[in-house]
Amino acid sequence: MELLRKWVQIVVALVTNGSWSFPFTRTLYQGPLKVICAPGLNCYSCPAATSYCAIGSLQQLLASLRFALENGQYYFGLSVVGIMGVLGTIFGRMLCGWACPFGFVQELLHKLPTRKFGIPRALRYGKYGFLVLFVILLPLLYVDEFGTGHPWFCKFVCPAGTLEAGLPMLWLQPNLRNTIGLLFYNKLMILAFFVLWSVVASRPFCRTTCPLGAFYALFAKVQLLRLRLDTSRCTNCKACHHVCPTGVKFNERPDDPECISCLACMNKACQFDAISLEIGGLPLGHAEKRRTAPTPLH
Amino acid sequence: MVPRTAHRVRPPVRKAPLVSITFFLVLWLIGVATGEPQRVLEQAWQVCLSCIGIG
Repeated sequence: MELLRKWVQIVVALVTNGSWSFPFTRTLYQGPLKVICAPGLNCYSCPAATSYCAIGSLQQLLASLRFALENGQYYFGLSVVGIMGVLGTIFGRMLCGWACPFGFVQELLHKLPTRKFGIPRALRYGKYGFLVLFVILLPLLYVDEFGTGHPWFCKFVCPAGTLEAGLPMLWLQPNLRNTIGLLFYNKLMILAFFVLWSVVASRPFCRTTCPLGAFYALFAKVQLLRLRLDTSRCTNCKACHHVCPTGVKFNERPDDPECISCLACMNKACQFDAISLEIGGLPLGHAEKRRTAPTPLH
Repeated sequence: MVPRTAHRVRPPVRKAPLVSITFFLVLWLIGVATGEPQRVLEQAWQVCLSCIGIG
């Protein structure tokens, strides 16, 4: 299953960044596929991007909302929030574990053989702050004299944008190198910080900063596809604690918003068949064959 | 008398995801009806240099 997940991550990364003509065109893909929302955090200013970034689009729409309203255009970001909500309700943070290119990069970095450290649980709340402040409130409320705001998260924080768009664009268009300043160096430092942190800790950006992950995490209790715990089989051996890349104690909180449904606990840790995958309350996978007697529902 | 065989208890289908999907689909449709995807597409076709820390 882990191999399958890796393949899904690779395929999604290649499909959402599937425009490989950029070294020749030296610009972005501008085809109709860009009306499709990328399920993970994937900068749409990346020269190879074939889909749009939900977080980037939402900020842009909110930043230009006043201007749009003055022109009779009701662009509240409903189509973006709508598609994010549908994806979040079906998959939740499974998208972080299976379909996010930047999450995949962090996983690869974490494979480097060094001493590993945990991440304090309190830092998990940071990503909700970034979602509310940097993605919604600041672009919407902090506007210039023309009534236009800025995409604060993209502009000041997003390391995925620096990696996938900032650096490639500087490579493709050398004349841009004269225009970089403090803002770019600041973003470069943020990228370097998360790269180094990813080497020594598992998925630090996803767990502490990612606003898309924060949004998907809101669906932890309602998401259609999710892991389920059979408490009659669970022995509280805590084996699931040791394999979880996001520090979830699955036997204590099966609907933890940090769970990215990588299935490591189900496939690598649990010896008692206590963890299974369900869709809308109905069992999926091998959970079906072992349920020979009624079990408590959770 | 034929003994009744033990029947399996099927877990209930959760309705909350369906409600949530319906709600967000309605939001998406409203957004589509206002022409938002065209605006999203226009944004996605342009490089926002200041957004990626350049310029």
